[in-house]
Amino acid sequence: MARLMEYSFKEASIEEHVAKLIERISRLEPEIHAYITVLEEQALQKAKRLDDALNKGVAKGKLTGMTVAVKDNICTKGVRTTCGSRMLLNFNPPYDATVINQLEAQGAIIIGKTNMDEFAMGNSTETSYFGPTRNPFDPSRVPGGSSGGSGGAVAAEMADLALGSDTGGSVRCPASFCGVVGLKPTYGAVSRYGLISYANSLEQIGPMARTVEMCKLLFEAIAGHDPLDGTSIPEELRRPTELGSRTERRSKFKVLVPAQILGEGTDERVEKAVLNALSEMEMVEFEVRSGDLPSLSAALPAYYVIAMSEASSNLARYDGVRYGHQSPWKHDWDETYSATRAEGFGVEVKRRIILGTYTLSAGYYHKYYVKAQKVRTLLITEFKEAFKRFDLIAGPTMPILPFRIGEKVKDPLEMYMCDVDTVPANLTGFPAITIPCGFIEGLPVGLQLIAPPLGEELLFQAARLFEEELSLRVPRINR
Amino acid sequence: MDVKIGLEIHCQLTNLRTKLFCNCSSDYRGDEPNTHICPICMGLPGTLPLLNEKALEDGVAVALALNSEIQPKMTFYRKNYFYPDMPKNFQISQFDGGDGVPIAKGGFVDLDVGRRIKIRRIQIEEDPAKLVYSGTIDTAEEVLIDYNRAGIALVEIVTEPDIRTPREARLFLQKLRDILEFLGVSDGSLEGSMRCDANISLGGGTRVEIKNISSFKEVERALRFEITRQKRLSAEGLTVQRETRHWDESRRITVSLRVKETEEDYRYFPEPDIMPVVVSEQYVDAVRGALPELPHRKKDRYVEDLNVPVQNAAILSRNLRLSQLFERCVGLGADPVEASNWIVGDLLSYLRELDLSLEDPKVRAEHLVEMLRLIEDGLISGKIAKEVLLESLKTGKSPKRIVEERGLMKIGDEELLERLVEEVFRENRRAVLDARLNEEAVNYLIGQVMKKTAGKADPVLTSKLVRLKLSQIEVG
Repeated sequence: MARLMEYSFKEASIEEHVAKLIERISRLEPEIHAYITVLEEQALQKAKRLDDALNKGVAKGKLTGMTVAVKDNICTKGVRTTCGSRMLLNFNPPYDATVINQLEAQGAIIIGKTNMDEFAMGNSTETSYFGPTRNPFDPSRVPGGSSGGSGGAVAAEMADLALGSDTGGSVRCPASFCGVVGLKPTYGAVSRYGLISYANSLEQIGPMARTVEMCKLLFEAIAGHDPLDGTSIPEELRRPTELGSRTERRSKFKVLVPAQILGEGTDERVEKAVLNALSEMEMVEFEVRSGDLPSLSAALPAYYVIAMSEASSNLARYDGVRYGHQSPWKHDWDETYSATRAEGFGVEVKRRIILGTYTLSAGYYHKYYVKAQKVRTLLITEFKEAFKRFDLIAGPTMPILPFRIGEKVKDPLEMYMCDVDTVPANLTGFPAITIPCGFIEGLPVGLQLIAPPLGEELLFQAARLFEEELSLRVPRINR
Repeated sequence: MDVKIGLEIHCQLTNLRTKLFCNCSSDYRGDEPNTHICPICMGLPGTLPLLNEKALEDGVAVALALNSEIQPKMTFYRKNYFYPDMPKNFQISQFDGGDGVPIAKGGFVDLDVGRRIKIRRIQIEEDPAKLVYSGTIDTAEEVLIDYNRAGIALVEIVTEPDIRTPREARLFLQKLRDILEFLGVSDGSLEGSMRCDANISLGGGTRVEIKNISSFKEVERALRFEITRQKRLSAEGLTVQRETRHWDESRRITVSLRVKETEEDYRYFPEPDIMPVVVSEQYVDAVRGALPELPHRKKDRYVEDLNVPVQNAAILSRNLRLSQLFERCVGLGADPVEASNWIVGDLLSYLRELDLSLEDPKVRAEHLVEMLRLIEDGLISGKIAKEVLLESLKTGKSPKRIVEERGLMKIGDEELLERLVEEVFRENRRAVLDARLNEEAVNYLIGQVMKKTAGKADPVLTSKLVRLKLSQIEVG
């Protein structure tokens, strides 16, 4: 709360707050490029209306006056929503995503639409049609992805809060690389209505903020049952279930660190920073044990099979017939579609569509898709078993430090490996949070905590303890 | 040669009011193109489908009526292929394979000719949009897309290859349409509400699929053509190719659309936006309990409660509109037996003669009942009634008005009839003599009186007067 008061409400009015923010955006944006669209006028108008309401004493939203940067795959009525793609360069959704309605209802101000990997495919925000976002801690490096714009905007204080979407770690990766807090909620906790689908069964909209408290505030604003989303958890089931019943803090948090997420592929410095943070916490209220979750090693391939399969189907609708980019007519449908898609999609998107089409094809469906679903089931079972003995599962959020722009784009497999620690939460649908746990050469390191379904409260409680105990010295981002 | 025909029928759930996954109105016929659409049925980025629960109820009702086994947990799948009539370039459907479970499996329909056609499966899916060619499919310069139809709920009914003749295929389709109408889930009289693809193989040979058949009559024709075509190929020693053919209604031939090699791979996989639907026994029982009266129950009730002759009851209960007409007559106070005789007999033959459907506004229960009352009150004879009914069906005028306008009222004036009888007796001396011994001659005399009045003479009174007169004649 301290941070929140310090920055957000030290100004005399909301309008002043927004005006200062816009000024900061115009100063930092040329270097960071966190936004695809900045809604200056709209935000200032909203700020004025909120000031009026405050003066009349009728404003009551939990987020009144707070600016929120929204990832550009979340539909905003009348404001272009591009998914970072040429395909949707001029797509103006005729409706708002449910989360946008929720933010409006809570008095938040949408400050802009943030940059992202094209169709949320990537973890560096380099695949955006609009060019890459840069890491505020080191502009030669990536901010993580795919919600890199949201991560960058929050870290550089170009927004109070941000929304990202997390399909395989797309909120947690940029949160980790940008040194902020990011949550991937329980699947079904937040409405997906209005989130442009990449891989429906895996993704959730998630909050990003500079403090745990602000992250929690944003999460509470967007959580809730949505009748427009058939996968949204009904209100009566949101009470903690058997697994989630440990949302009450115990005397000590029992934390499992699976052996499978350390070692090979993980930067030693990152591993050390995470383990140091955990052992520091043992002094306080944590009991940390190492153990095994054998199926974790199969999570990454399973994730990519499912994500690409769903993506190949979801992205089929971009044929230029009804909206979006359209190539001139080429004598028949197939060729016109092909030209439209060849021009509209970038390399990474095409790669995933082709791979997904392949894994769903007759003869390969059982070999890949069905097998991936089995891994998923196995993983859920293992996690549930683990949560009978532990409150949380912990480890690094990203196995490596933010890499340099261009460093990994040539090698997709190496890029995919970055998701190794984040995808299990998406496959199982369990909630996961990332918090900064240290800095190496001025670059942030993120620590991930995973909880049982609907255990978000538990995550916030534990994360808040980290925040208090570690009292990190955050390098200044003041350009 | 052994003929095997299997049918795949798509029926729109026309009584749902809304589409399968959104709240757009499904009552689009006759409206401007693309006026019944929303972001959801247009598959705009970010939108999610939301299952219409009434569609589930209708699907269960259909499955129950077709004796099909309802699956306790059904799933929706995506069927992926690129085509301009599909907003998302995949169709949300069901799949009987992999882990896919359609709403129901198995079942049968008994035809009136004593044949049982087995059902393989029943599934729920969304209808694609409608492509409107300016001209024919081959020559059109451009094609327009009307998305009003996109997302309308369909039930797909797939039969086993149990059908043996084109005629049987048509009987099956008629029967199926009747059942759906009884259920009140689909109005088969609406254009395009029922569409059919047919599979056919001869002598256990290669299977050919015929697509795009618009009516039951055309299904019969297409199958006839296909049998002839395949027989001719065999006779010439040529093999029948496994392919999909299009029924060209205007030329009355099938033409090849695509052969096996290019048949699509639909890349079915579970629809991630719709959770598997649990269909509990209680739910099924509730739907069963709310089912409307189906043909066999109707027939029994007509026979047992209304004393309708079995033959009539069977015909009246077969078709929803016919049974509705009959029940309305009874409801208006008509004698069930009389009403059933008139409907099954004269009415149906007149409708055929006039090429009128039961839906025609000129076919009214009120008129039928009025006519029956005129007979009962002795105001017209049965013979005149036939004329009145035909006239009423032709013009839509009420029987009473027809009788009045054309002066068809029975002649019950005793003095007038006595005079006529005397006249007839004078003119038919030979018959009068015969009549004392021969009943046929009596009828002849009565007939002569009727003839003089153009059928209007009260037959009962006339008969009485003729017999009285005969008894008065002294035998010399």
